[in-house]
Amino acid sequence: MGYELALINPQLEPCKLSIGQATMETSQAITLAALGSHLLVGLSRAMILFIVTSGLSFVLGVLRVPNVAHGSLFMIGAFAAHSIAGALGGGSIGFWSALFLAPLVVAAISLITERLLFCHLYEREHLMLLLFTFALMLILGDLTKMTFGAAYRSIIAPKILQGSISIFGSPFPKYNLFLLIVGPVVAIGLWLFSSKTKIGKIARAAAVDREMVGAIGINVSWVFAFAFVLGCFLAGLGGALVSPTISVTIGMDHNVIIEAFLIVTIGGLGNMWGAMVGSLIFGITQSFGILLWPQFAIVFPYAAVVIILTLKPTGMLKSVW
Amino acid sequence: MLLNIFRQKSLGVSVVIFFLLLITPAIIPKFYTYILAVIFVTALLAMSLNMLVGHGGLFQFHHAVFYGVGAYTAGLILVKTSWPWYIAFAAGPVAAALIGFVIGIFCVRLNRLYFGMLQISLGSLVWAIAFRWYDMTGGDDGIHGIPMPEFISSLKSSYYFVLIVSGICIVLMYLIYKSPFGSTLQAIRDNPERCAAVGINVKRHQLMGIVVATFFAGVAGVLFVTVEGSIFPDLMFWVLSLEVFIMCLLGGWFTFGGPILGATAIVSLRTFVGTYTEYWTLILGVILILLIFFLPDGIMGYNYREKIRSWSAGRAVRDMK
Repeated sequence: MGYELALINPQLEPCKLSIGQATMETSQAITLAALGSHLLVGLSRAMILFIVTSGLSFVLGVLRVPNVAHGSLFMIGAFAAHSIAGALGGGSIGFWSALFLAPLVVAAISLITERLLFCHLYEREHLMLLLFTFALMLILGDLTKMTFGAAYRSIIAPKILQGSISIFGSPFPKYNLFLLIVGPVVAIGLWLFSSKTKIGKIARAAAVDREMVGAIGINVSWVFAFAFVLGCFLAGLGGALVSPTISVTIGMDHNVIIEAFLIVTIGGLGNMWGAMVGSLIFGITQSFGILLWPQFAIVFPYAAVVIILTLKPTGMLKSVW
Repeated sequence: MLLNIFRQKSLGVSVVIFFLLLITPAIIPKFYTYILAVIFVTALLAMSLNMLVGHGGLFQFHHAVFYGVGAYTAGLILVKTSWPWYIAFAAGPVAAALIGFVIGIFCVRLNRLYFGMLQISLGSLVWAIAFRWYDMTGGDDGIHGIPMPEFISSLKSSYYFVLIVSGICIVLMYLIYKSPFGSTLQAIRDNPERCAAVGINVKRHQLMGIVVATFFAGVAGVLFVTVEGSIFPDLMFWVLSLEVFIMCLLGGWFTFGGPILGATAIVSLRTFVGTYTEYWTLILGVILILLIFFLPDGIMGYNYREKIRSWSAGRAVRDMK
């Protein structure tokens, strides 16, 4: 096991090891360089979390459904990326087309599910919607296992993103640097989309008052479908992006979804910038946890969540609810 | 009040079922005896959750933690100390209730989804500690082969122990359900504002409800140890929490005995479908979706439709505000 830390970086491996090594790890002097490189690793991890969480947050904001199946779609994104990259013979063409196509595959799956089943449930009690997404998670998880098997697999990043460069005197993988660029790009893209385009504005309006949006003649059901598919697309994108850094396997959905939920909660439900803030807190506390006390590194982000929710029960930023 | 209970029809049925269950181990094969014992444990857990979800209206999203705490406390005392068994068995529920109290203090300040989210993060904190603290808890492997006291070391004797203890607990829960405290809890579920207006301390009642429910979850945890003889961190994982949540919804969460049916259905599904195919969660997911569409009030809850409708109508009105 030890999968719960979906690690972005082999550097972080020590946290999986036994206590003996863990204590050895801590006894190293915590230098400024180590601090800096951990900060960068935490940031790049936060970017993956942000991409996944922003999708969840978007769905939560517009549909008001905690989509438990989000993690499964993330996992399917990773598996699809692996298959597409494999089918195209790997290499950089395979990777880039996988990065482009895998989220679309996930979006297609979510669109079918939404139109066939989910759209009939919008009038129901919230718990029923939650339950539906849980059922979806069970089904998608097993279908993934059926299709791809339980073996571990990984994608090789293209040449240009392989290897590492030296930052703060310690090696830092180029791929993580790439993530550090992609994350903000996605954030800005989402922000532009939701504040500048018409459909984005409609989606935000539906989040605030769906009756009113329906009353002025907009088909709310399709707005919801769109929001759901966009959210799932982001999950797939996150899955495709994370696939070169971890081993893609069954069970990665369980971990990411719980983290995504907590991030959404501390950020403020449905708030995209909240998802960003939450991801940064989560990623950075986790990587500093690895620096400070590797054995209990996974406790740090949870503790951070507890502290934030105790001080500010509705999250750091304004919730759309 | 006690006399009222004895006049009820369902009591007669329960007593008959209880006596049937007393003689069944003599007739059925060992494997089925074991499955029945697992069903009792799970049913007790589901009922303890339903005290909060169905009767209290709280989004108790991470109930498995208290189950796990009960199991771990009992198991660790049995393994690590030479204390007599009854201290271990008593310590389990008490520890669960204590953790429930601490987590409850934080959670009851929040409402609905935020309540559930904070509980998930606090619960995950407990899970992460159990998962990582190799010296004490055995980490992700857990501890297996926990020595049981003489009188429940065989399967049959542990079956009877589980049957009797869970029977007593269910009777106690019924008494609580019918007590003024139980009625207050249900009133709070239906309309917290009005309850507060007539002078009920809503938060304190909810906290008390959490403590009582977590105590029973701890009992279920101890019973799990007597049946399985092992503890592992999956007992506290959030997937189990959601599964138990589903048992409540499946059986009918506005009824008292519904969760028993839900637990029976899910445990037998897992056991019997699990022997044919490894994809039993797929089947569970499909059944869940069918249930959501055609029987949203659960197996036993169909005649509570009106009640549910009035409640969700109240909820919807409040959601809109």
